[in-house]
Amino acid sequence: MTETADTTHVDRAREAAAAVGDAHGHDPHLAHHFATPRQQFESGKLGMWIFLATEVLMFGGLFCAYAVYRSNHPEIFQYAHQFLDTTLGAVNTVILICSSLTMAWAVRAVQLNQHRTVVWCLVLTLLGAFGFLGIKYVEYKHKWEDGLLWARQYRPEHVHDAKPADASSEASPAQADAATPAPQAEAAPAPADPDAPRIKPAPVGPRGLSAAMLGEPTHMGGDHGPEPKNVGIFFSVYFLMTGLHGIHVLVGMGLIGWILRRAVNREFSSRYFAPVDLVGLYWHLVDLIWIFLFPLLYLID
Amino acid sequence: MDTTVTHNHEASHHDLAHPVPKRVLIGVWAALVVLTIITVLVAGKDFGRFNIWVALGIATLKASLVALYFMHLRYDSPFNAMILIVALSFVALFIIGTITDTAQYQETMETPANWNVAQ
Repeated sequence: MTETADTTHVDRAREAAAAVGDAHGHDPHLAHHFATPRQQFESGKLGMWIFLATEVLMFGGLFCAYAVYRSNHPEIFQYAHQFLDTTLGAVNTVILICSSLTMAWAVRAVQLNQHRTVVWCLVLTLLGAFGFLGIKYVEYKHKWEDGLLWARQYRPEHVHDAKPADASSEASPAQADAATPAPQAEAAPAPADPDAPRIKPAPVGPRGLSAAMLGEPTHMGGDHGPEPKNVGIFFSVYFLMTGLHGIHVLVGMGLIGWILRRAVNREFSSRYFAPVDLVGLYWHLVDLIWIFLFPLLYLID
Repeated sequence: MDTTVTHNHEASHHDLAHPVPKRVLIGVWAALVVLTIITVLVAGKDFGRFNIWVALGIATLKASLVALYFMHLRYDSPFNAMILIVALSFVALFIIGTITDTAQYQETMETPANWNVAQ
């Protein structure tokens, strides 16, 4: 952009004239509303960065929810992170870093007209994405089987019998003291409705924040220590953040598959490689977000 | 390639390519892997309240490497970097404001009078 700014008006006009004049197959990728390929390339890149900014802001909301909940209830994070497999998380981090390298290498190769290298790098990137999602599948499946799910769906296998007791302990204050409306409002949606936690955040929220102080610890056995209340919210945060990230990985795989097909057809060159570059930016952002998710979710101590 | 871009101004208008050198790509990749290993090892150590900041510091370092070299921000127009920094600033503002707010009334939330009675 600075270089474009340096150009004198005459230079730019001459370049534009050349681009139009040579229209016979000289630059078939240059759209009519751009003066030069460089202007077109930089505009596309600017647009991509603005899109990436919105992505950062969208994940920012989730990071904010994480920050609020962890600052208020560190004990839940201390307790719940032990259910996450640090090794699998670390392996996935390295897989994403490697696929970021091959993606960056593909962008380099396309700029040097190394067509076979581009194809191979994109194939490796795609393999990395498959590997990442494969490991994510193993992790999700394990949590599904152990009942380590979001909000009220959190019913850990070990304490499956303790769940009714937990529910009654929530209801008993309402019986003991009829003057407290909050527990009654809490007890009403208690029959596990998958939509309930999302529909009624306002009445549940304040109580949820305060409940951990009141919860009597129930021992799960093993070395996990006493279980604080509302552990399900950790898994809500976990599934939302990793789930949204996983959706981005899926989208990225579709995009990489698309440019892979075009690269096989030799559609890119050092003069036209914007799709490879921009998909690369997207893929790196997916890596970048995981770089923060990994320590925040897996490495709590 | 660097020489083409810097010395031959005329050519640079048609030359969109700025391939990142191989050793830079490999170096960044190696640094990212090493930092991942370090952050896992360090997580086992106890720095008290600072554990989260150590982990976030390493993550930020890794993210900067990815953004600067893999995402070409180091070589790009600074305007693109500005967009990212502005977005991150707003996220920071968002989180700091919310944390400050929740910290203000957390005390009162933790000991609601009626709940003590109920228990």
